[in-house]
Amino acid sequence: MSKFKKKGSNELPAISTASLPDIVFMLLFFFMVATVMRDSSLKIKNNLPSAADTEKLGQKNLIMFIYAGPPSDSYKDRYGTEARIQLNDKLANINDIGAFVAAERATKREEEVPMLITALKVDKSTNMGLVSDIEQALRKAGQLKINYTTKKGSALK
Amino acid sequence: MAKRSAPEVNAGSMADIAFLLLIFFLVTTTIEVDSGINSKLPPDIPPPEVKIKQKNIFTVELNKNNQMLVEGDLMEIKDLKAAALKFIDNGGGQSAEGERCDYCSGERNPESSDHPTKAIISITHSRATDYETFITVYDQLVSAYSELREKLAQKLYNRSFKEMEATYDDSKSSEFKSEKLKDKIENIKKKYPRIISKAEPQF
Repeated sequence: MSKFKKKGSNELPAISTASLPDIVFMLLFFFMVATVMRDSSLKIKNNLPSAADTEKLGQKNLIMFIYAGPPSDSYKDRYGTEARIQLNDKLANINDIGAFVAAERATKREEEVPMLITALKVDKSTNMGLVSDIEQALRKAGQLKINYTTKKGSALK
Repeated sequence: MAKRSAPEVNAGSMADIAFLLLIFFLVTTTIEVDSGINSKLPPDIPPPEVKIKQKNIFTVELNKNNQMLVEGDLMEIKDLKAAALKFIDNGGGQSAEGERCDYCSGERNPESSDHPTKAIISITHSRATDYETFITVYDQLVSAYSELREKLAQKLYNRSFKEMEATYDDSKSSEFKSEKLKDKIENIKKKYPRIISKAEPQF
């Protein structure tokens, strides 16, 4: 017969998976760069309100976060349903804010201290009473720059 | 002696290792950048005694049922922005320096605010007001100021205020931290200063 006849079987050759690691590594590097690790786990509900006219928060290391809201379901038994403040990893009281601000400031360089911004991440169901208590505490501590962190979107229903 | 070639390393498990790492970062990742409304608290010193005319104050009150009173009348939140615009841009009198507002497009009603630099928006709220309502109201007021600044920027410099601010902070643009642009931005901010006062809740 013809001399061009293939020898062996007619099976399709296996697809080479040698480049699969490359693809996966590419994805991996993307997520490694884009990732921001959560440094504290939330013990409260944190459903932020939405606002349309927002500004982006600048440098990540110049922001301190104060969370507030009602305790999440798994902590309800221990802390009740009243809205609470969370600083770093634990639930705190209004009086702890002063110490928290001082501790945050101590970790920054001196010239960075006036640029510190406090981001208030407050659940939308929280009462304004708690929010203004936080604000008064911040005023006492001399930490005047704040940011009401919101979701993007129109606030009008 | 026979030439021995080095045995090939099997790279088949490389993908598994990479996948493991990938999944770890996928789970821990939060991509979004936080954004919100910036604000500045007043310093903790007793405020100086200044006499402010009642017509220069735009009072917004929120009660415990999340209803809003504007200048003593019940109002829907969707109408707030228009009312605030009308109040700020009124320009009925003179500024502290005795200048008339030549960039205002308001009605120049002598019963309303004198000058954008003198117009004060005062928010009072109850302790039981929802945070969401407050943010909605605050957002409306802030966006009223943004709209006025935007309009003025278009009129004076023929460009958008948002774009000017973005250009100023953009390290790739030719006007990054440029003094000239900064002056323009400051000029607009000075003409429409965002004066929103927030009183401590009394009830």
